This record gives sequence, structure tokens and C-alpha cells, in this order.
Amino acid sequence: MELESVYSAALAELESVTTSDGMRDWEIKFLGKSGALTQLLRGVGQIPKEERAAFGKRANEIKEALTAAFEARAELVKGQELAQDLEAGEIDVTLPGRPRPMGGLHPSTQTLRQFYDIWAEMGFQVYRSRDVETDDMNFTYLNMPPDHPARDMQDTFYTTTPNVILRTHTSPGQIRAMRELGDGGTKPIRIILPGMCYRYEQITARSEIQFHQVEGLAVGRNIRMSDLKGTIAEYARKFFGENAKVRFRASYFPFTEPSMEVDVECFLCGGEGCNVCKHSGWLEIAGSGMVHPTVLENGGYDPREWSGFAFGMGPERITMLKHGIRDIRYFWGNDLRFLEQF
Amino acid sequence: MKIPLSWLREFVEIDIPPELLAEKLTAAGLEVAKITYLGVPQTRVEGLRYPNSDHLVWDRSKLLLGAIREVKPHPNADRLVLAMVDYGAAEVEQCVTGAPNLFEFKGQTLEKPLYTIIALEGAEVWDGHSDEPKRMVLKEKPLRGIPNRSMVCSEKELGMSESHDGIILMRQDPGFAPGTPAQDVLGDVIFEIELTPNLARCYSVFGVAREIAALLDKPLRAPDYNVQESGAPVAGTIEITITDSRLNPRFTAMLLRGTTIQPSPEWLQRRLEAVGQRPINNIVDVTNYVMFEMGQPLHAFDYDRLVAHANGKTPHLTTRLARPGETLKTLDGSVRELTPKDIIITDNSDTPISLAAVMGGFDTEISDDTTNVLLEAANWEFISIRRTTHAHKLFSEAGTRFSRGVHPSQAMLGVRRGIELMRQTGGGAVASGVIDVYPEPAPAIQIDLPESEIRRIMGMDFSAKDAAGLLKRAAFEVNVKGDVLHVTVPDYRMDIGTGVVGQADLIEEIARINGFEHIPVTIITDEMPPQRPNPHLTQEEKTRDLLTQLGFREQISYRLTTPETEAMLVPPGAASSFPNVDYVRLANPITLDKTALRHTLLGSLLTNAIENGRYTNRQQVFEIGSVYLPREGEILPDEPRRLGLLITGARHIGGGWMGDDTDAVVDFFDLKGAVEHLLAGLHVEGARFTRAAHTSFHPGRSAALVIDGANAGTFGELHPLVARAIGWEGAPLILGELDLDAILNAARPLFRLTPLPVTPPVLQDIALVVNDTVAAEEVERVIRTAGGDLLKQVRLFDVYTGDQIPAGHKSLAYALTYQTDERTLTDKEVASVHAKIVKATERELGAKLRA
Ligand SMILES: [Zn+2]
Repeated sequence: MELESVYSAALAELESVTTSDGMRDWEIKFLGKSGALTQLLRGVGQIPKEERAAFGKRANEIKEALTAAFEARAELVKGQELAQDLEAGEIDVTLPGRPRPMGGLHPSTQTLRQFYDIWAEMGFQVYRSRDVETDDMNFTYLNMPPDHPARDMQDTFYTTTPNVILRTHTSPGQIRAMRELGDGGTKPIRIILPGMCYRYEQITARSEIQFHQVEGLAVGRNIRMSDLKGTIAEYARKFFGENAKVRFRASYFPFTEPSMEVDVECFLCGGEGCNVCKHSGWLEIAGSGMVHPTVLENGGYDPREWSGFAFGMGPERITMLKHGIRDIRYFWGNDLRFLEQF
Repeated sequence: MKIPLSWLREFVEIDIPPELLAEKLTAAGLEVAKITYLGVPQTRVEGLRYPNSDHLVWDRSKLLLGAIREVKPHPNADRLVLAMVDYGAAEVEQCVTGAPNLFEFKGQTLEKPLYTIIALEGAEVWDGHSDEPKRMVLKEKPLRGIPNRSMVCSEKELGMSESHDGIILMRQDPGFAPGTPAQDVLGDVIFEIELTPNLARCYSVFGVAREIAALLDKPLRAPDYNVQESGAPVAGTIEITITDSRLNPRFTAMLLRGTTIQPSPEWLQRRLEAVGQRPINNIVDVTNYVMFEMGQPLHAFDYDRLVAHANGKTPHLTTRLARPGETLKTLDGSVRELTPKDIIITDNSDTPISLAAVMGGFDTEISDDTTNVLLEAANWEFISIRRTTHAHKLFSEAGTRFSRGVHPSQAMLGVRRGIELMRQTGGGAVASGVIDVYPEPAPAIQIDLPESEIRRIMGMDFSAKDAAGLLKRAAFEVNVKGDVLHVTVPDYRMDIGTGVVGQADLIEEIARINGFEHIPVTIITDEMPPQRPNPHLTQEEKTRDLLTQLGFREQISYRLTTPETEAMLVPPGAASSFPNVDYVRLANPITLDKTALRHTLLGSLLTNAIENGRYTNRQQVFEIGSVYLPREGEILPDEPRRLGLLITGARHIGGGWMGDDTDAVVDFFDLKGAVEHLLAGLHVEGARFTRAAHTSFHPGRSAALVIDGANAGTFGELHPLVARAIGWEGAPLILGELDLDAILNAARPLFRLTPLPVTPPVLQDIALVVNDTVAAEEVERVIRTAGGDLLKQVRLFDVYTGDQIPAGHKSLAYALTYQTDERTLTDKEVASVHAKIVKATERELGAKLRA
């Protein structure tokens, strides 16, 4: 009878199916809406009445049996396919990955942000001021009257407006901050002053006409050299690591007295001496000092009652030291091959 | 400045290794940039790091002082001689040499021997014949048939200089016995010291010795200032007039009669060479020597020429400022136009004869025939000298010292030291007495320093007695009364101020001599100022973060450009849309391409894009920074912040091995999307986009950002004519410049959160056919108004023109989201709102539902 032959044909065919696609085809062919078994069941009307019950019963048995066989086979096929995939689906994992578009901050910005974070933890807030300055703000109020020899240390860009220059350092911000935040010399100040500075210099691998500077300024009734040393040492530990050692050397800046150069033990050679530190074991990282009494006075403070310290650092220089950048011109060259390494 | 250790030792005992001395000087602010060794070995100092020197160390047993007793001819060679050298051994050593400076002695037995350095067999020296530095070890080697195993050395062979023209010859007894190791005779260590402007007092060997004496706490020996005077008095031989004692505080002069101009003695020449000066003759050399020794520059006149200038009368020198139009032929032979800021010395007829402090005049200069020398030691206001050296670009050793300040007290010392050395080296008689014009002697500076002030500034306890001890080491006079130091400052310390400034200066001296390492390390205990938010900065940094999240790379460019460069951003013939103000222009630009501060970030964005375009097909960058706009009535410009954006090239990053599609290039909407995301991220309110009216952009594909009705910048495709002008041939450049201050002022960091929906949304699409001229913004506005509160979201997902759409029309398809938190919407409610929207768009915009 037809029912039995469909049954045996289906079972036989199922035996030879080895793929999921084949399983789907088999299911449609025998169990689907217009499959062989369904077609037979639809034709039940042509079967004599007395045989219908037996036919129906047998047909259902067969359907259940085929469904069970299908599920068992499907499980088997899936297992085989998985095993095959695990074995044959191997890719060359050493091939490069797909490139992803990446944005990123300029290295100077990254270093500036490190400064902001470290100094903020120590209570130094950011104070920014203008790039184009008066000669008074940039020099005179900072204890560098006209023709002072210290002006030779900072080759200056003058503008065609008399007494207007491009700031050579962020120190004019010290005067502006003291006048703005000091409230007539009555309030303490603790700030850092980041900003772009300009020098009349040839552009070479080692010198640039523009560069960032970050200065720090603390003014109070009880700010001492020992505090300056402690503060700088803490900064060095935060920036260069727990074991960073610093040393202070006498130096000269017109707007501080005493003035000190700050060296950090070379973090590239651990102080043993290398090319970068010129075999000294030390790297110069900042200039510092106690705010000159004249500068305090120009900021509105009485230097007999108030004192302060200041320091200045170069983010590009520190970035260069950290990453072994040999040419400062990379910073404003904006070559994507440079920027994308940060 | 070069400072030889051997010279320092004349003034102060140094009992520490040179490397440690350098370290101490550096710590005290006299930065030793380099140490050069002459024959002596480098010392290793525990705990100190410095580069290894590769200089030649002179073998103490094989490189020795030799006395040449006889110069014999070589039997087989005319161009060689045999030097018979006594180096303390029993036998005289015979050296074959071709040294030309021995030829004049050929065949002579020398009563007064010539001294040189002899290298014995096995000694290591530099190869004198090699162009590259090359060491060699002396070996026995006959020269033209004469056995030869040793050598008389040139300076090059010992590494003293490049000179290989002859051997080292000292005609005067160097004061050492033959056989003394060369190290002890000529060996030395030269410190290269960099001096900051406050260290004017250290511009001499004695000045540095003074610091060393203070740092090492050793006694100091001054140069010998005694003069053997024997001639007729100087008084009456010269008249001096100072017209302005502020410009010329002191003028001293001495006269040497009957001297001979000749080469300086070897010891003097050697010292000048060690500090980098070329010896000329004894008079010129002594002026230099004294300046390098104790810091006072000197000037020597030919006295007879001065008399000639005075037509035989007593020369009368006057110091005054030059007048416009005056000129002077200086000793280098050039005629210089004098400026009214130059201090000059004039003769009896009021004619300039010398540019004070900077360069002498040609007419009154010492010559080989000079017999009577008038030696001047004067002092000048450093500011004027600084101006003059800069104006005439005359940078000399004397100018360097005078422009940093030399105290008048030094003039008297310098003139005495100089005239006596001239007498010793050239003979003659020094006229007795000194001409000394010093109208207003500088008062000594006195400072009172309370012990408490030291503590207040340094943060450590310092007894008045200990502080006084340190200051005394640096030659300050100190009287301690109770807790107060009464200090008198040495005259040459022109860096020490008065009053509260002087106190700070003294505290620095105390800290410096004591060593900064002894200052304790403390944390600030002073009151902490109030901590305040700084939105100006934090919002700017937030902008940077958002842009990097959007895939932009930050650039920082030169802020200096040229107006011509920026003019290239305007299409030919069009009016500029950039700020219509002048530039902040440099009076002294250093390069032609950086003469003024920028008006826009677009210039550098484009320059960078062209550069980067050479090797990448995809750019996505931004820059945040100021532009500089002069303001009416203010000397300082406005410095508003701008945000520049630029994208170009492939929309999707390519370059992988998978061959992903990278054909699509970015367009206006890529940048607009970024701007929209940025504004959303900053929570800017009241922003919209309108058609731009900026001539540098493509008129059809650019937009203005409008915030609260005000223009806040333009972005879009670069005008094709500008692209052509700058030589860009790549994919369209999409860029923009936005007013960052305006954007951040409209940002709302305290934005309100939209609650998450609790009911299911109902989604429906609508496609409207409208006239081309209807702006998408307008369609959306009508939809939103009609949709009311139930319409939560409107998203345009298709814009279509073409088949099935009438000409001059476009189809806009929107995905609409209906939702309310109050209840789940019924189909009926949604259908009613949807119908309202259709009706409204039809009524207000003439829109038809797309079939
Ligand atoms: Zn190192």
C-alpha cells in the first residue's frame, strides 16, 4: 500500500541526508504542507469508510515515527556539521584585523590634561589668559623693565602696535590672576596657567616659534620654599612614578627670587646615564622659584605679608622626553602618521 | 664662557675632583655645560654621572717635558733635523723631526734651551698626519737612515688643538725640570660655564673663583693690583670730561711710556688660547687677559695719536651720547653711523674717536709702532651698552660684560692690573698716579634681614649666626644684632637689590651657598583657596572628547600665517566672508610665511589636508583654538575660540586585505551629522541650520549654524574655485569653522533626562510628495506640530525624486513613532493623529501622500 511505501522511501532517503539544507528539503518533501504524507492524508476521502480509521491511525503512527526519525537525524547532522566546522573553519589568525576609524587627541592636549588632573588633585585650578599681551604684562610687571638684560633670554615677537607683543611665557597670566582673583591682595591663589607662547626663534628640530607652557602659582600668607620643594616632588611622583627623585639647582628668572631649576632623575635610564639625559642621570623638567617681591606688589599683594611660589613646565618637551620624539616640529606639522601614534 | 682649572687655582685652593666642582657650580647656578680635558684623566666620583670623555690621557712616564739642547742637521735629508732632547735621563735623546719651527735653529747648540713635549717609545698620541682623529703608539722606526724611537710633539699630536704646523716650543723656562710629566706642565681641565644675566660678576676667572671660595668655604687670593710706577706723573697728560655720570659713572686711565709692542709671553698666550682668544700682541692681549681674569674690559689708546688728534695739545677726552649724523670708523675698518643712544668718546675737537665699551676707533688704535699707551678702564650704564651692541650688531666680549653690568669699583682695579702687565710684557715706565673721574661714587648697599624673614620664605629655621656665616663666605659684611642681620653688600654684587627685594636676594644667597638640598620638603599648610568649576575649560575639553568619539583626530597648528595665505580662501573676484578687520601683524617676523596672527582656522586645516593628502585617502580632523581680531579703540585684540572641522575622502576606512568597499566619499551630510551629534552631545539648545552665505564654500552645499538666531559658523563643501586655487585635486573637501564660544554658551550641562518609555510605541511610515522648494526642516515642523504630544519621534528615512514623482517635486518618507507614557495607544487614536498630519501637510505645504 502507498502509505507504507512512502514510509519506507522516506526512511531510506533520510538515511542518506547529511546536511542541514538536505534535512530541510526532506522535511518539505515528506512532512511539509504539500509533502507526500500530507498529500496522502488529504486523499483520505477516497478511501473506503471502513478502512479510514485504520488508515488514519497508521498514517499518524507513520507521521510520528518520521518526525521522531527526522529529529534524531537532524541532531546527528547538526553534530556532524559542527564537528566539521570546528575542524575545517580554521582561519589564519595572523592576518591583520579590519582597520577601524579612530579619533584622538593631539599629544600636547594629552599631556596638558595629565597636568590638569594632577594639579587639580593638589588644589591648583586652571587659569587661562590671552596670547597677545602688552609689554608691561609680559615683562615690566614681571620685574623686567625695558632694556633689562633678562629680556635677551626671551626673543620676542613684536606686533606693529607699539607695546603689544605675543606672550613669550604664560607668566603675564600671573599678574592677571593676582589682580583678578586676589581681590586687592587679600585672597590666596593656587592655579596653573596653561597656554601657547611664542618666541622669535628659528624653527629647527630643537626650537619652535610657538610652544605650550604650563605655569603654576601659589600665593598665600604662608607659602615657603619648602612647600615649593614638596609640591614639585609630589607632582613628579604623580607624573613620573612613585620613585621619581627631583633635585633643585640655583637658577635665574627675573620674576622669582630665589629661582631654581628642577631636575627629575632620568626615567629612561633610571639615573644611570643615557644619551637623552646626556649621561648626567637627570632631566630638566621645570623652572621654579619664590615669587619676586616686585611681582607680588604688581599683583596687588604686600610682599611683607604675602609670599608665593611659581613654576613653569613645557608639555611638548616632556612629551618628547617620554616618547623619544627627536623633532619638535612634529607637534605643529599635524602629520596624521605622527598624530595617529598617540 | 671657558674657565681653565689651572687659572682658577691661582685664586682659590681646589681640593675636590673637577667633576665634583662642576656639579657644585651647576647646583649653585653656574651651569657647567661641558668639561674638556687636556691630557689629564677623568675622575670617577661616587654618585655622580657624566659622559665618558674620549680625550687622550698623557702617559705620565712617556710624555714628558723636554729641553732641546741642540738642533743638528739630518745627514741624509734637508727637510729633517735632529733635535737633541734632554728629558732628565742620563743620555740626551735624539729625535728626527720635520718641524718647520726648528729649522731656524738648525746646526745650533742652544745655550738657553727650547722646551717642548717629548713622546718616548710606546707613548700614545694622536696621529698628526691623519685628517680623522686617530690614535697611534710610537714605535722605533728609522727615518732616512737615522734610528728614531721618540718624537717631539705638535699640539695636534697631544690633542690640544688642530695645529700641526710645528712642534710645541716654549722659549721661556716653564718652571719645571726636564722630565716632568707633560700632564703637570700643560695638562688642564676647561669648564664651559653658561651664565644667566644675574651672574654678571662671574664673567671672569676670578669671578668664578670667588663663587668657588664661597661654595667650598676656602680663602680667596685676589690678582696682584700693585703697579711699579716710575715715570713722570700722569696728571696733566690727559683731560677727561664725563657729561653724564649716569651713562658713564667712572673713567680711569693710566699711561705707559716707552714700551715695545711684541708678542706676549707664552704663559699669557696659552691662557688666552685656553679661553678661546687669539693672541695678537702684548697690549691687546693684556686688555683681554685682564678682562678674562677679573672682568673689567679695558681699552688701549696710542697716546701719541691722541696727542696728534689734539694738534699737539693735551688730549681732552669727553664721554657723551652721539648726535644724529655722526659717524665713526671703528678699528675693524668699517664706518658706522652713530645713533643718539650710543655713548661715545670724543677728542678735543668734539669728534668721535671710540664707541664706548663696544669698539675702539680706527684712528687712535694701538699699532706696531706704538710706544706710549694710554689705558682706559671705564664703566658704562649697561642698558645703553645693550642698546648699542644690538643696534650695531657688535657682539664682543667687552660688550657682553658691559651690557650685563660691571661695577665702577672694578675700573680702578682693572686699570692697575692692566698697566702693570703691559709694563711687564713690553717694558717701559708707568706714569705715576691714576686719572680717576668718578663724580658720584656708588653708595654701598645695606640691608637688614630679620631671622624671621628667612624662616618665612625658606620654611626652615636658620639662626642669624649661621646665616651670617654663609653670607660672609660670599664676602658680605654682616653684623648680627639680636635676631637681625645688618648686611653690607660687596660692591661688585650688582644683582642684590634693596629693601624687601634685597631681603629676598639675601635669602637666595643663604639658600644657594648652603645648598638647596638642605631646604626641607613640606606640604602646603596655607589656607586652600575656594575650588570653583571652570566651564570655559571643561566644556572645551568635552567638545574635544565628543569629536574624538566621532572619529576626529585633533590637530594643533601654527597660529601665525599671512594675510595672503588667508586671502587664498576667497574665490577670485568674490568678497571675503571672513572677519573684516585688520590683522595682528608682527613687526619682526622670522619667516615670510608667518607674519600675522590668523583670522580663521580654515587656512591651516587646508594646508594640513594638502600635506596629509599626499599619503592618505581619508582625513577626519578638528582643531580648537583662538583667532585674533583687532578691536576698535583697544590695543589688544579679541581672541575668540573657534572650532575647525575637516573631512575628506573615503567614508569607510579601507586598506585592509579583505577588499572592503571604500569607493564612497564623504559629503556635506557626513559633516552635518558630526555637527548634529556634537551639538546633541553638548546639549546645545536653539540650534538650526540655514543655507550659508559664505563665499569660501560651495553655495549649494554649505550651511550656516544658527544658534538663537545668531550665526555661529559655516560648514560644507569648499568652494571649487578655492580648491582649484590651492591645488587640491582629491575628493571634495568638506570643512567648517564654528564659533565655539557661541556653541558652548548655548550648551546646557544641566539638561533634563527623557524618561524611558513604559508603553509600546506604534510605528507608522508616511511618504509625502512636496515641491522641491519646500525645505525638509519645514516639513518636519508641520508634522511635529500636527502630531502633537502623541508623536514622539520623526525620522526622515528616504528622499526620492524620479519615476512616479512629478517633475519639480520630491518624495520625503518619514518613520513616525506614536507613544504616550499614560497608556497604550489604540489604533483609532493613532489613525486620527496620522490623518491630522496628512491634512496639515496638505494644507500648509501642498503635500500629497505618495501613491
Ligand atoms: Zn638617562
